Amino acid sequence: MKYSVSLAGAFASLNVQGTPTSKTPRVSLVRDPGCFNGDRIDRRRVGELLDKLLRVQFDVADPVDVFRRYFTPGERIGIKVNCLSGRRMSTHVELVDKIVERLISADIPAEDIIIWDRMNEDLRRGGFELRSPGEAVACAGCDVLGYESKITVHRSIGSLFTKAVTRLCTAQINVPVLKDHGIVGVTIGMKNFFGAIHNPNKYHPNRGDPYVADLYSHPDIGGKVRMTIVDALEVQPEGGPPYQPEWVEKYGGLLTGNDPVALDRVGWDIIEKRRNQRGLPSLKEANREPTYIHTAADLNLGVDDLSAINIRRS
Amino acid sequence: MKPARTDNFNRRSFLQTACAASACSLIPMQGAISAAGLYEVLPEAKVYLHPAQYYEKLEKRRVRCTLCPRKCEVDDQERGYCGVRENRDGDYFTLVYGRPCTLHVDPVEKKPLFHFLPGTEIFSLATVGCNVNCKFCQNWQISQVRPEQERSYDAPPDKLVETALNSQTPAIAHTYTEPVIFYEYAKEIGKIAHEKGLKNTFISNGYIEEKPLKELLPFLDAVKIDLKAFTERFYQELVVGELQPVLRCLEILVEEGMWTEIVYLVIPTQNDDPDEIGQMCRWIRSNLGSDVPLHFTRFHPQYMLKTLPPTPIKTLERCHSIAREEGLNYVYIGNVASNKAEHTYCASCGEILIRRSGYRVNIEKLDKGNCLNCGISIPGIWE
Repeated sequence: MKYSVSLAGAFASLNVQGTPTSKTPRVSLVRDPGCFNGDRIDRRRVGELLDKLLRVQFDVADPVDVFRRYFTPGERIGIKVNCLSGRRMSTHVELVDKIVERLISADIPAEDIIIWDRMNEDLRRGGFELRSPGEAVACAGCDVLGYESKITVHRSIGSLFTKAVTRLCTAQINVPVLKDHGIVGVTIGMKNFFGAIHNPNKYHPNRGDPYVADLYSHPDIGGKVRMTIVDALEVQPEGGPPYQPEWVEKYGGLLTGNDPVALDRVGWDIIEKRRNQRGLPSLKEANREPTYIHTAADLNLGVDDLSAINIRRS
Repeated sequence: MKPARTDNFNRRSFLQTACAASACSLIPMQGAISAAGLYEVLPEAKVYLHPAQYYEKLEKRRVRCTLCPRKCEVDDQERGYCGVRENRDGDYFTLVYGRPCTLHVDPVEKKPLFHFLPGTEIFSLATVGCNVNCKFCQNWQISQVRPEQERSYDAPPDKLVETALNSQTPAIAHTYTEPVIFYEYAKEIGKIAHEKGLKNTFISNGYIEEKPLKELLPFLDAVKIDLKAFTERFYQELVVGELQPVLRCLEILVEEGMWTEIVYLVIPTQNDDPDEIGQMCRWIRSNLGSDVPLHFTRFHPQYMLKTLPPTPIKTLERCHSIAREEGLNYVYIGNVASNKAEHTYCASCGEILIRRSGYRVNIEKLDKGNCLNCGISIPGIWE
């Protein structure tokens, strides 16, 4: 029985993050553990950290050039955040504000930027100010943006896609968090797009494998992601996905990459190292190894071999 | 069976739906109800909490749901596979108690229940949600969504039973989606319904744990189980569930004396192998008895399974023959217009007792559950 569509189309449209055949996977990690003032984020230092990340990854003098290179005025840019765990373990507003500033500096009109997540309530709890589509820098949940009425069937997935990915935005910046997930192992970049479908609860069995990879392989999902910036300012190596303060660490990190699988693989490695340092079993020993990352590699979405990834740290 | 959508459940839309249904099924809608003003329509994007039954508290505010065999372990702020049960700070809640998304009056044959008050109508309801994800679901628009994605009605159990009584139907059906996932609501409706003299039925996939099932049975009068295939492969790939717990559910229903009928949706190339059908029929005869009605129904391309054709009539007739040869007494063909296997025949003398054409029902030679020709008792609930 054939549910799937050809993946050729999906690969063809994976542009900036690329495919392993087109370029060496490169992931950059920058850190500034001093970007916190107590529990508060120092906005200025987060801005500097973002710029540093882009310089390291893209070899540019002016980080705004990165946005100019990948986004064209007239496009509508979605910024997918992850706000499922409330104010303390969601994508940081301060980081998203800096990304928006850079986009606007790159001549993207504020009215063409939409910050989005699964629900308005999630965004509100994550500390974001809600604004309707059409307003300068809209910020809204899929419950407001709406879902397509026709189901998309793609490989193992059968879902209604949010209009944020199908028609409201021409490109996406993915800004996930980096944390442990009690079922699928880790939630980083690819998994973040479970927030783009109406029925994510159906795709957690078998540690999200192959569902995470299958969803990301759709042209309207992975095919539209031009940039992923992982918010690792705080990481949670255990007890996720809900916020568990005893496991949250002020890591002060940001990551980006040109390969979504490599980026998730490096993120997974960070989580494993943090777990090891705290005396926790590996995710494999905890029966939640995120095998969906390997499946994504098998689907040719990227590289999952750490030794084959060019990791730049600063 | 697919429910007629009643987005605004008022008298006008109800009557329009009823008329349309009547026109299609060629039977008059009896006991039409007036729901005008009865229920407040609740908005989407809002959830309501009611304490859930059947779960265990784990460490780190995690819970394990013990309602169905899936036994989801659910973190704080997360939901189970069904999408309608949520962990809030270590306590588990149902989001659909008293929040049906669909209310309707159907012919009981639509469920289908053929040995349960034939020719009557049944007050039918569903909330959103399901604990499996059948690739061929015909009601996926309500079974595979979350409560905040569909409008619902504010219909607490007592008020709902009152409406059912006003509809002059003799029974209530929990149907369309999967009633296991609105267990607490259905159970309370069942209690009140029995107090008021109404019968109560479950139209279910049978994917439920033993304890909650047994504690529900005192409030039920009949159950129809969708036995979706007789292989674990099919359940794993096309249902995202398991066969064995469903078989155990069927055994419990029969052991406990619950009136039970089985539907088997025959899907070309997937569960129509004659050997599989034969094995299933032998299992039914050995474990449930030869008097459990078995309905072979016709598949139509739906949801994620649109690449297969509708079931050929010949395939259904072959399934019917196998079941009869294996000794099952009451075997039916459904979702097919005017097939002679829609009728109920006396297992002893072969006389047509109930003649059916779609939802048109003629009780010809059955009186108080006895064949008027040879006098034997026909199993079922007849009054």
